[in-house]
Amino acid sequence: MKTTELLVIGGGPAGLCAALSAAESGASVTVVERNNRLGGQLIKQTHMFFGSREQYASTRGIDIAKILEAELIKYSRQIEVLTDTAVLGLYEDGVVNALYKEEDYFKIKPKAIVAATGAYEKSLAFPNNDLPGIYGAGAVQTLMNVYGVKPGNNVLMVGAGNIGLIVSYQLMQAGVRVAAILDAAPKIGGYLVHASKIARMGVPILCSHTVKEAIGKDCLEKAVICMVDERFSPIPGTEKELEVDVMCISVGLTPLCELLAMRGCEMKYVPQLSGSVPVRNERYETTIENLFVAGDASGIEEASSAMVEGRLAGLCAAAKMGYKPADFDERFKGYAAQLKALRSGPVGEHILRGIEQIVSKEDRHV
Amino acid sequence: MFEQTGIPERDMIIEKFPPVERIDRGPVAIVECYKRIPCNPCETACRFNAIRVGEDINNIPVTDHEACTGCKVCISKCPGLAIMAVDGSKSKETVEISLPYEFLPLPQKGDQVSALDRAGNFVARVRVVSVLNPKSFDRTPVITIEADRKHMYDIRNIRTEEH
Ligand SMILES: Cc1cc2nc3c(=O)[nH]c(=O)nc-3n(C[C@H](O)[C@H](O)[C@H](O)COP(=O)(O)OP(=O)(O)OC[C@H]3O[C@@H](n4cnc5c(N)ncnc54)[C@H](O)[C@@H]3O)c2cc1C
Ligand code: SF4
Ligand code: SF4
Repeated sequence: MKTTELLVIGGGPAGLCAALSAAESGASVTVVERNNRLGGQLIKQTHMFFGSREQYASTRGIDIAKILEAELIKYSRQIEVLTDTAVLGLYEDGVVNALYKEEDYFKIKPKAIVAATGAYEKSLAFPNNDLPGIYGAGAVQTLMNVYGVKPGNNVLMVGAGNIGLIVSYQLMQAGVRVAAILDAAPKIGGYLVHASKIARMGVPILCSHTVKEAIGKDCLEKAVICMVDERFSPIPGTEKELEVDVMCISVGLTPLCELLAMRGCEMKYVPQLSGSVPVRNERYETTIENLFVAGDASGIEEASSAMVEGRLAGLCAAAKMGYKPADFDERFKGYAAQLKALRSGPVGEHILRGIEQIVSKEDRHV
Repeated sequence: MFEQTGIPERDMIIEKFPPVERIDRGPVAIVECYKRIPCNPCETACRFNAIRVGEDINNIPVTDHEACTGCKVCISKCPGLAIMAVDGSKSKETVEISLPYEFLPLPQKGDQVSALDRAGNFVARVRVVSVLNPKSFDRTPVITIEADRKHMYDIRNIRTEEH
């Protein structure tokens, strides 16, 4: 059986920062990533990121992934990376079950774990939502920005959060027409600077609208949209048909933490964090000792905060294993201050209300 | 309506512009960032301290139009593409408007392009007077066009023929 000190599950921004932070403290780390490359969501993000300098703001997501990978090289003696490897299960005896390239099963026994598994996309129910041509935003981004394949020619974007707005912009950059962006909410959910970018390309953003049904024989040919009232019920007589060959569903993400639930972590459904997330202490340790969590897996937020959470989780996991650096308090406070700054706005307030519900002050593991 | 459409109202736009007297003295940045978001690269980008966000990175950036030299660096660094610049020093009839533009094909100096407003509507045919695309701008080129003064508050985008 393979052994390691810290096992990081997921090679996105949170996982990579957890690995770097733990290695900086002196721990040996194994990063396991189910994709064939590191970076998580970052490898699809061709736009410049928000945030401040500490979180590489104004740098494109794809380039942030490269910066983090370059940092890994500095710790190549301490950090081992296993790509094409998915963690399938965490067990009571501390053994982790993993699968390499969908054929070789193997076991790992770590001293501590940081789960940074990210998120998965929510879907939307409407008649014919399984027609070819109807994609999740993540799939559209992967096709376009990872493989260089246009998903179609004329897109209806469903969802005006940041992801819907950004993916619409990227579609237009790829030369694809975006017919409209709609959202059931009465207001645009994403940053208005992103919305303005799209609006000045002549793409209408339709709030209080939803998809009624998709029409098509072998693939999507038309979308029927309609207005909704304050209770999100369709308003009869407001239906409109749009001729589109792609519908891109971007109605939000939800934390991917089945592994943690399976292992018996206490979970809680928190709407502000977009789903069911593990209860944890201030050091990112779940109710299962030596099992830590960071990034979107502990609540949907941003890469900027995911990176800082990863640094914190890695720092605390290493400390728990005996690698407590002399400047632990300083580093802890510094990262906490970065998170506080990121979360001090209106979006952050919402997140903070969610976090309050999962962070237990009492310490079960002392 | 701004929160439903992403299209700012005219009074919001005018409020972000410096007085015409300042515009007539030379290029100046206009920072169209209207809502609190955790972001501050505009402040970091400006060597002249002309944009301030401050301690709380959610603050709405405040522009010191007197300190601004119109160097256009911030235009390429803003992830929201929320910054433009205007310059009224070249002529009494026209203004030069500089905009971020991340589409291909890039227009060339001297090209005629269509100027669009904040809703993407056609405003006028205009001439491209410069295309800045140095490596430091990291793939966010800044296009400067020459437009009639009466369109100063309207133009916010361009469309090349092919697009
Ligand atoms: C279109 C779009 C635009 C965005 N724009 C911005 C932006 O401008 N600024 C910003 O800050 N954020 C942005 N984000 C958000 C940001 O990408 C995420 O918040 C961030 O990537 C979360 O990081 P993470 O490491 O928690 O998760 P992810 O990046 O999702 O990484 C999780 C990783 O874990 C791996 N994994 C999952 N399960 C397993 C398993 N069982 N075994 C092995 N590996 C596993 C996954 O393959 C993945 O690589 C955007 C997101 C999207 C979709
Ligand atoms: S144009 Fe130059 S001087 Fe003016 S605000 Fe932008 S970066 Fe600063
Ligand atoms: S960089 Fe752009 S989006 Fe960010 S705060 Fe400054 S003006 Fe607003």
